[in-house]
Amino acid sequence: MQLFITDIKRTITLIAPLAALLGLSACNKSVSDRTADLPPLAPASEDLNAGSWKPILMPRPDTFAVTAPVATSNTLYIADLNEIKGYQAHLTSDQQGQIAYWSAGGVLRWNEIMLGLMAKYNLPPYQNADGSYPIPSSTNPFAYPYFPFANPPYAARALAYVSAAQYDALVACWHYKTLYNRPAPYLVDSTIKALAGKNNLPSYPSEGAVLAGVSAEMMKLLFPDELANIQQKLQEQETALIASGAAARSDVTAGEALGRQIAGLFIARGRADNAGKAVGTPAGWASLVTTAQSKNQVPWLSLETPARPPMLPLFGKVKGFLCDSATIVALRPGPPPSTGSDSMKAQTQAAYSMIKNATRDQMRIVQFWADGVGTYTPPGHWNAIADGDFVNQNYSEVRWARNLALLNMAEMDAAISCWDIKYYYFNPRPTQMDPTIKTLTGIPNFPSYVSGHSMFSAAAATILGHILPSRATAYMAMAQEAANSRIYAGIHYSIDCTAGFSVGQNIGGYAIKRAQSDGAE
Amino acid sequence: MMNCKNAALFAIPLLVLLSPAIAKAQTDEDAITMAKKNLCIGATYMNSSWDHYWEGTFKRNNQNLGTVSTQQVMLMGTYGITKKLNIVVGAPYIWTHSTAGTLHGQHGIQDLSAWVKWEALQQKVGKGVVKVFLLGGGSIPLTNYIADYLPLSIGLQSKTASGRLLIDYQLGNFFATASGTYTGRSDITIDRNSYYTASLHLTNKVFMPDMASWNVRTGYRSKYLIVEGVFSDMITLGGFDIRKNDMPFPSNKMNSTMAGADFKYELKKPKGLSIVGGAMYTLSGRNIGQSTSWDLGVFYIIDFAHKNSQAKSK
Repeated sequence: MQLFITDIKRTITLIAPLAALLGLSACNKSVSDRTADLPPLAPASEDLNAGSWKPILMPRPDTFAVTAPVATSNTLYIADLNEIKGYQAHLTSDQQGQIAYWSAGGVLRWNEIMLGLMAKYNLPPYQNADGSYPIPSSTNPFAYPYFPFANPPYAARALAYVSAAQYDALVACWHYKTLYNRPAPYLVDSTIKALAGKNNLPSYPSEGAVLAGVSAEMMKLLFPDELANIQQKLQEQETALIASGAAARSDVTAGEALGRQIAGLFIARGRADNAGKAVGTPAGWASLVTTAQSKNQVPWLSLETPARPPMLPLFGKVKGFLCDSATIVALRPGPPPSTGSDSMKAQTQAAYSMIKNATRDQMRIVQFWADGVGTYTPPGHWNAIADGDFVNQNYSEVRWARNLALLNMAEMDAAISCWDIKYYYFNPRPTQMDPTIKTLTGIPNFPSYVSGHSMFSAAAATILGHILPSRATAYMAMAQEAANSRIYAGIHYSIDCTAGFSVGQNIGGYAIKRAQSDGAE
Repeated sequence: MMNCKNAALFAIPLLVLLSPAIAKAQTDEDAITMAKKNLCIGATYMNSSWDHYWEGTFKRNNQNLGTVSTQQVMLMGTYGITKKLNIVVGAPYIWTHSTAGTLHGQHGIQDLSAWVKWEALQQKVGKGVVKVFLLGGGSIPLTNYIADYLPLSIGLQSKTASGRLLIDYQLGNFFATASGTYTGRSDITIDRNSYYTASLHLTNKVFMPDMASWNVRTGYRSKYLIVEGVFSDMITLGGFDIRKNDMPFPSNKMNSTMAGADFKYELKKPKGLSIVGGAMYTLSGRNIGQSTSWDLGVFYIIDFAHKNSQAKSK
């Protein structure tokens, strides 16, 4: 027996290197985000005239007062400098990491935080025991179902509000920067290092802190369960700003306060923009069915079990940033083929053939653009695409914010228009017309005509192509692929996508119109 | 030693997806080896299905999936390089299907897996015999199937490498076998370029946590018949839980505890032919389906050593 145990021990010593050899040699284990290791933002132009760019809601760049800073010789400012020196004398690796992270750009990082929240909250509620569905409520935070359900319209609107508020806040920030012209701490005191890069932008109020303040404040409206996490992000950014030598404590305090005040304007608008009523009522849902039936059309039905109420049927009534309600009505395309027509039968047959003969590459395209449950949605995808190109453009923070605001106002208005069209026609999905159509991604719980992906993508590609003309052709090809992905997946008729694409381009055109007149070009 | 005892079936818990494939292979979890220059080839059919699954620790059904089933035909072979050193190779074709909802099922060739099995030690202990085996194995995807389509994808696309220690005790016709396995898994690349786990990832690469498992089997073993009870436990060393009403994801924390029984019967005529079968049930799990599976297979031994000697004698 003793001999046996000795042999077992010998065997175990043999297996350890074997397992190490086999277990780990084949396995590559490094996954990091595309934007994990960006250099500090180094604007090609400081856009020093941005204080005169046209704001979105703010009446004037000085609507909210920012008191003049004390002189850099003042003892209060000397104390600010000492705080920076204190940080720089004992920087932890964690603080260095935070400085590197935030120095890539506040607009970029807050956009990524938003994308993360959208994915986190993009989950349809689980049904009640009786087969009904609970509706998330902002007045009942921290209880299931969590508020919000960040579906595509909600996500598009959330992005638009944050981006538009960031833009207005930075316009005001730039106004005061050039008005007061206070130099950055590393320029005042040469013993202070510029750990986040150098530029010629006046530092009061701090643009990073303006972004922190305005973004954190907007979360009260959009992601109320996240306030504590967001407050932590704000503190990390502000500490990084100070520790990097980019801003003094007084630059940061003034910036955060300005950002929060300007957010107030957008929050007040958001509380009154009809989004709170977009869920509709059971009576309203029923009338959608009878209206379609009165037009001799097969009404849309939820294909989920238990049947889920339609997603945000009144989102088409939300107040847009670019298009007023009359424009939204005017943007409606003509009707899809009648549900009883031969043309519709042919379209349904085409959808069936598509899923029966899907190639691996078509499946790749479907998955790449699906942006369904648990993702940052199509508007989020287009933000990620924009971020990926903007990081190479050396924009100032205010231009970054302006370009994302244009994109996201277009996405929000695309959502409004798309949802208006969807519930105006209340048209069934291919699988409702032919249940043998099994799809390559989940079927969204709202009517088919017109395709949201096509609208979001065409609107985004149109405004992004204006912002970066060298990429315009590529953006349009990507948008076309996104639209096609919904046909490959079997969840849309091709007419949904062509009609949606065209309306999306029109909405992108409204964003271009604004871009041409906001003073930034 | 001509028989194909090693054809007894063994659940590899490596690839228990939320859906489908309890990929089964031959002989990598038993204590039997092929004789030198003997090749055992065969095919098994497996059917696995579930209508309840665990979202994290929350057990639920889903009327938009109904019953999710996986069918698999696996071809495999075991070759005796020597009596103490065997190689085992297998690859399955897999079909997935759900009875409700609208998602399209998948089918295709999944992963090639291979094991080297070495009988490191044989020792009499009392009236019985203890054998110790060391096994090293790996798997690679054979096709570009979609991994990020759970619960209906046919596999996870990860390359794996495993090390296993297996100890067997036989006393008369009674036997007991225990094994422990560590499996390293490579990152995978998915078709989309962002995904949410417990945070947002802006990349198409997915870190796949490693896995550990252990397996115990015991019962009756004779020259022509093996009947055994099986208990196995698998854990993912990391990963994250599916959130309420979210979709599953390849790097979820997939754990399972399963119990079942297998048999192998070798026919006296025609010589070298054997039939294997078994059934497994998932007792508990995390981020996987509560599957019930059964399988049936046929194996045949070709003795090249014997054939060669016959050829020479002619």
